[in-house]
Amino acid sequence: MADLSVKIKDLALKNPVMTASGTFGYGLEFADLMPLDGIGGIIVKGTTLKPREGNDYPRMAETACGMLNCVGLQNKGVDYFCEHIYPQIKDIDTNMIVNVSGSSPEDYAECAARIDALEKIPAIELNISCPNVKDGGMAFGVTCAGASSVVKAVRQAYHKTLIVKLSPNVTDISEIARAVEAEGADSVSLINTLMGMAIDIERRKTLLSINTGGLSGPAVKPVALRMVWQVAKAVRIPVVGLGGICSAKDAIEFLMAGATAIEIGTANFLDPAISIKVRDGISDWLDSHGCQSVQEIIGVI
Amino acid sequence: MKKYLLDLRVKSVERIHERYVLIKLTDDKPLPEMLPGQFVEVRVDGSPATFLRRPISINFVDRERNELWLLVATIGDGTRRLAVLTQGDILNCLLPLGNGFTPAKVGERVLLIGGGVGVAPLLYMGAEMQKTGIEPTFLLGARTAKDLLLTNIFNMYGRVYVTTEDGSEGEKGFVTNHSILQQEHFDRISTCGPTPMMKAVARLARDRGIDCEASLENLMACGLGACLCCVEKTTEGNLCVCKDGPVFNISRLLWE
Repeated sequence: MADLSVKIKDLALKNPVMTASGTFGYGLEFADLMPLDGIGGIIVKGTTLKPREGNDYPRMAETACGMLNCVGLQNKGVDYFCEHIYPQIKDIDTNMIVNVSGSSPEDYAECAARIDALEKIPAIELNISCPNVKDGGMAFGVTCAGASSVVKAVRQAYHKTLIVKLSPNVTDISEIARAVEAEGADSVSLINTLMGMAIDIERRKTLLSINTGGLSGPAVKPVALRMVWQVAKAVRIPVVGLGGICSAKDAIEFLMAGATAIEIGTANFLDPAISIKVRDGISDWLDSHGCQSVQEIIGVI
Repeated sequence: MKKYLLDLRVKSVERIHERYVLIKLTDDKPLPEMLPGQFVEVRVDGSPATFLRRPISINFVDRERNELWLLVATIGDGTRRLAVLTQGDILNCLLPLGNGFTPAKVGERVLLIGGGVGVAPLLYMGAEMQKTGIEPTFLLGARTAKDLLLTNIFNMYGRVYVTTEDGSEGEKGFVTNHSILQQEHFDRISTCGPTPMMKAVARLARDRGIDCEASLENLMACGLGACLCCVEKTTEGNLCVCKDGPVFNISRLLWE
């Protein structure tokens, strides 16, 4: 049996498979369907300083090989998380990682600081694809300046493993990756969703309440893979790859492209137990190819 | 209630109407515990234009034959693909999902109002009610006589009243026009069908002070309350139709 363990700075993962924020709730929703302790980490729903209602319904539209969503970070806020959700999830035997979002660097930092105090949360994943309410709603993560400002503020407030989730809706994602690395990010995860849209031709309206939304699923995989490969060459910190991963083969492509770990998101909707199957598939592949450890294939492309 | 991911086997697929098929599924093991009003997320294989599972309400469960019935409206690529399944095919199902209808209490007069394919979950509800010694009353509506679904089976489990918009069967008009609502008193209404129908039922229930719950159908992705796509605005904020519903008491909904 090949060794599947990987490390993201000080964060030790029993295997490189994690579940992506916004697709796996807080893990508990899937407890009947798969062993939560079987994967390397669960990245829970995006958490903000204050509660957010999110966008109006409809929040999703199916597409060929994927889906669009505009959920809008609905969550009950970090205080509710700390008081009510954390106690329920802290003893799940895997890395429980909190995804953090915000509308200003100060909000991000304050939210991160409160999560820093939670003993059993070893890492946060920073969602910088949120619109900057002060900058006309442009996402922090689409400019180096915006991305840097958030990471800089959070790095001062947060002392454990800091993963920064990058937006692909940029001209040069490597540039953004380098900027956040310079501000002290321990790792970058990519990609977040690609901006897209869908129209109901009979009703002559867009299918999403806010017209545009994020595309995810197999449709985005080639873009995500390309970006992971580019970013892995541009930074020294470990890269976490996600975007359309539905199988062990997909996951191995990302590992070979330079990802130290991967996240599975939309595929959870097709098969709630997919992350376990991907873990087993990676293990089988390594065994059948004479590899002693997953490290042998990371970044070989 | 525990959830399962099962490869169920197709026993039969019967086209009961140009727009509807009745799929009967079974398993090698006894089917899991499931409640009236809950639903199943069905994976559609061999449908390149679709991607996500389809949520279909539990129409009926026959414990003796170990059968799960799904009444499917074949309105899109995904559901049309389900219609060509045949005996022996495997249908991967995530079930049971959602909260289910409020169980009826002995002595309660419960009216089950359905329209279109929304009648589906009311059959299982009525059948389970009958098992506990409570006779359900079904009030089913359709545009025309041929659009009334499974009425012969509904008749086995309770009193059935019918409306058709063109008067070709039962009373003419909408379900809310039926005389039974004037003639008899009901303690509770459970309703499922097109949203305008359910809103009309809710209005009537509110006016008469009758407790009422409605089964909603919002576009879903995960079916487990994890992705927050299928939310309905309620008096308690945005709630997931797949987890906090699909059945909601009308007092929680922001209708009117």
